[in-house]
Amino acid sequence: MLAYIGRRISIALLILFGSTYLTYNLAAYSGDPLAGIRESLDPKKEVIMAELSRFYQLDVPPPARYFLWIQKVFGIGTGQVDFGLTVKRLSVLDEISSAIPTTLRLVTVATFLAIVLGITFGVISAIRQYSRLDYSLTFLSFFLFSLPIFWVAVMLKEYLVIQFNAFLEDPTIGIISNVVISALLAVIITGFVGGTRRRVLITWAVTFAVLMVVLQAASWTSWFREPTIGIFGIGLIGAMTSVGLTHVFAGLGNKKALYSGLAAVGVGVAFYYPFGQIMNESGNYLLFLALGLLMLSMSYFIGYFFTKIDKGPVIRSAMLSAFFVSFFIVIDKLMQAWKPYYELTDGKPMQTDGAYNLTLESNDFWVLNLDLLTHLALPTLALTLISFAGYLRYSRASLLEVLNMDYVRTARAKGMPEREVILRHAFRNSMLPLTTLVAFDIAGIVGGAIITERVFSWRGMGSLANEAILGQDLNLLMATFAITAFLAVMATLAADLIYSVLDPRIRIRK
Amino acid sequence: MAINSKKSKKADAAVEQNSEVGKDVIQTQGLSQGQIIRKKFFAHKPAVAGLVFMILFIIFVYSASGIHLGSDRSPFTIPGWWKYAHTDTVMTSDCPTGCPTWNHPMGYVPTQAKDYFSLVMRGSEISLMVMVVIGLLGGLIGTVMGSVSGFFGGIVDAIMMRFTDFIITVPSILIGAVIGYRMGNLGVLPLAIFLGLFSWTGLTRLVRGEFLSLREREFVDAARVAGASNTRIIFKHILPNSVGVIIVSTTLLLSGAILTETGLSFLGFGVQYPDVSLGVLISEHQGEFVYAPWLFWWPGVIIVAIALSINFIGDGLRDAFDPRQRRQLKRKDFMAKTSTREAVNKK
Repeated sequence: MLAYIGRRISIALLILFGSTYLTYNLAAYSGDPLAGIRESLDPKKEVIMAELSRFYQLDVPPPARYFLWIQKVFGIGTGQVDFGLTVKRLSVLDEISSAIPTTLRLVTVATFLAIVLGITFGVISAIRQYSRLDYSLTFLSFFLFSLPIFWVAVMLKEYLVIQFNAFLEDPTIGIISNVVISALLAVIITGFVGGTRRRVLITWAVTFAVLMVVLQAASWTSWFREPTIGIFGIGLIGAMTSVGLTHVFAGLGNKKALYSGLAAVGVGVAFYYPFGQIMNESGNYLLFLALGLLMLSMSYFIGYFFTKIDKGPVIRSAMLSAFFVSFFIVIDKLMQAWKPYYELTDGKPMQTDGAYNLTLESNDFWVLNLDLLTHLALPTLALTLISFAGYLRYSRASLLEVLNMDYVRTARAKGMPEREVILRHAFRNSMLPLTTLVAFDIAGIVGGAIITERVFSWRGMGSLANEAILGQDLNLLMATFAITAFLAVMATLAADLIYSVLDPRIRIRK
Repeated sequence: MAINSKKSKKADAAVEQNSEVGKDVIQTQGLSQGQIIRKKFFAHKPAVAGLVFMILFIIFVYSASGIHLGSDRSPFTIPGWWKYAHTDTVMTSDCPTGCPTWNHPMGYVPTQAKDYFSLVMRGSEISLMVMVVIGLLGGLIGTVMGSVSGFFGGIVDAIMMRFTDFIITVPSILIGAVIGYRMGNLGVLPLAIFLGLFSWTGLTRLVRGEFLSLREREFVDAARVAGASNTRIIFKHILPNSVGVIIVSTTLLLSGAILTETGLSFLGFGVQYPDVSLGVLISEHQGEFVYAPWLFWWPGVIIVAIALSINFIGDGLRDAFDPRQRRQLKRKDFMAKTSTREAVNKK
């Protein structure tokens, strides 16, 4: 195994060398760095051109110049990594290191959301194969597959943001639009419920009524301007989520799982005020993370001590409930920051340009994070929409294939509950091929983000690459490219290795 | 379902009437493989709709702007039925804002003094052409690479797969930039060819996987024992069996290709001035979204329509070629089946 990993890593380095070499030459031949000067009428043109040629080392042909570049990158002779200077004489390393976190923030959230949502809906779609829901999701995924991201992004920017900001000026919903919105949402929610026609109709009517009341109440209390959930709301929504999660992952027959989940929600609600107090006094990410981990570990112990046998589902139920109740508390805190943020941004809270607001005058932890989120919302939505479809199709097809296997039939034949068959036998196996897909997605990150970053004016790796090609900036381009290629090669390698660890059927041949 | 022994035929007929199982099952007895595939494909409504749309749209586009062999000014030209060419300068519009009218059904571009319909048609023509070239080249290279790699395995496979990894790391935006700078004056064909040369990687992996599993099958052993050469085994035995995978992934490649081309053109690294493509049109008019939205909408809607039809055609082909994609039997189906069987037996 070790020898295999070693061999693969050395091959990966070789590929990396080859692809940087090819790209360096391609990039060098894609334009003339002296084009601007060559056409100028400056009397000292020759001198400047000679100066620039020396700076860019243009006397060395690109195939050989590559080696000068790579020598500097590895710091051979100087002992430190040096990606050179951009055409504006700035350090490439500085540019890159400020761009990487921006791109990562954008891409991580979108990829994570796409994976979670895609797998969830893919599994539901496969379980309800050939139902109306399945057909709608299939159509939706094909539609999303066919959307050009630049078109969607411009449209989201122009329609969603401007309409939403206009709505916030007068945040009330009329009776007629309320009926239409509630009816449509109820149809979507009812789609996930199977059963007889009567049951579907009852579900629709109940959902419709609840939505109507909630939306109307929100409209009358101008909730959209000053949104909040409150401690009772968190308790209620948390308990409902916990029951729902237990129903899906352990079954409501498992009373221990149900009670441990509810206990975790109770702990979360009890922490509501202390958490707010601590975060208001000294809000930072480290503390935030520590409190989250504390909550999760506490719920682990709740689950652990609730039962003596079959601890797995009970612990899972408690931890999932704890996660969601913490999530709701965070949402609530962010919602409370909405009003001051709304006033700080002069009534235009949703943003279309940039990664954060440069002129925001606030030191509040929640307001600053809300600012990041309002900037992140649209590009994330655009990226998620595009890659969501792939995960949906893939996990659906994969689960359907596994459900046709003999061992699934065996599991059913021995009388296992359908939930166990799907969660324990089918789902786990069907997710194996997805590792490859995730790796490819990570590899394609910068390619996908170039367009998104351009439309939403983010300064990340994608826009740096774009700028570098336009400005004949070889050093900058090569730095962005080398990092992406490195990520791509490593992701493929990691996918292969993880796959062989997860799936004992694929043994590495010695 | 229907291919069963005579004994249970009666029962099966009852099943097909009473339960939902028989609804999607197509009678396949006594049909050749080609006929089964054709029948299954034409039973897939979205795919047929996609196919019809694509055929009509291609005829519409090419007949609107006419067919020019070689360059626009070539003598071998069949004129189209639309009154303006994309090169024509049109000075006036009935609508002061340039909104769609009978004379300019997709609007009018005042800044360039052009009829937008002719531009969109020309853009569609170029985008379709680039898409087809990328699809054909990528499909061809991918099939050859995947077959060789999967069939021979071992060191050949290892080398070819690492070469694929290498090609994956080359960004298409760079290819667009190089071609735009070096061969921008040669039109869009070089761009399409070079993009095609770098877009076969996904298809190669799929074809390779198919070959890897097929070469272990008994019929390949039988052919080898009978003395067939490698070439004969590949072309006569394995390739026909993997044609489903090849066609399906080629359609996926096609729908991906149009998105790649329009995306590159949007960024300015694809189709170059004076040529237009749908991506170029969107890029040019995204700023006019608020006061002339039709300039932005039309090219986007056409891209979505093309990609969507091709994806549906691909889905139909997958259904038609893949015998494993059968309706999965559920518990209630089994219940229905047993109850009808019992009813039949009692009679």
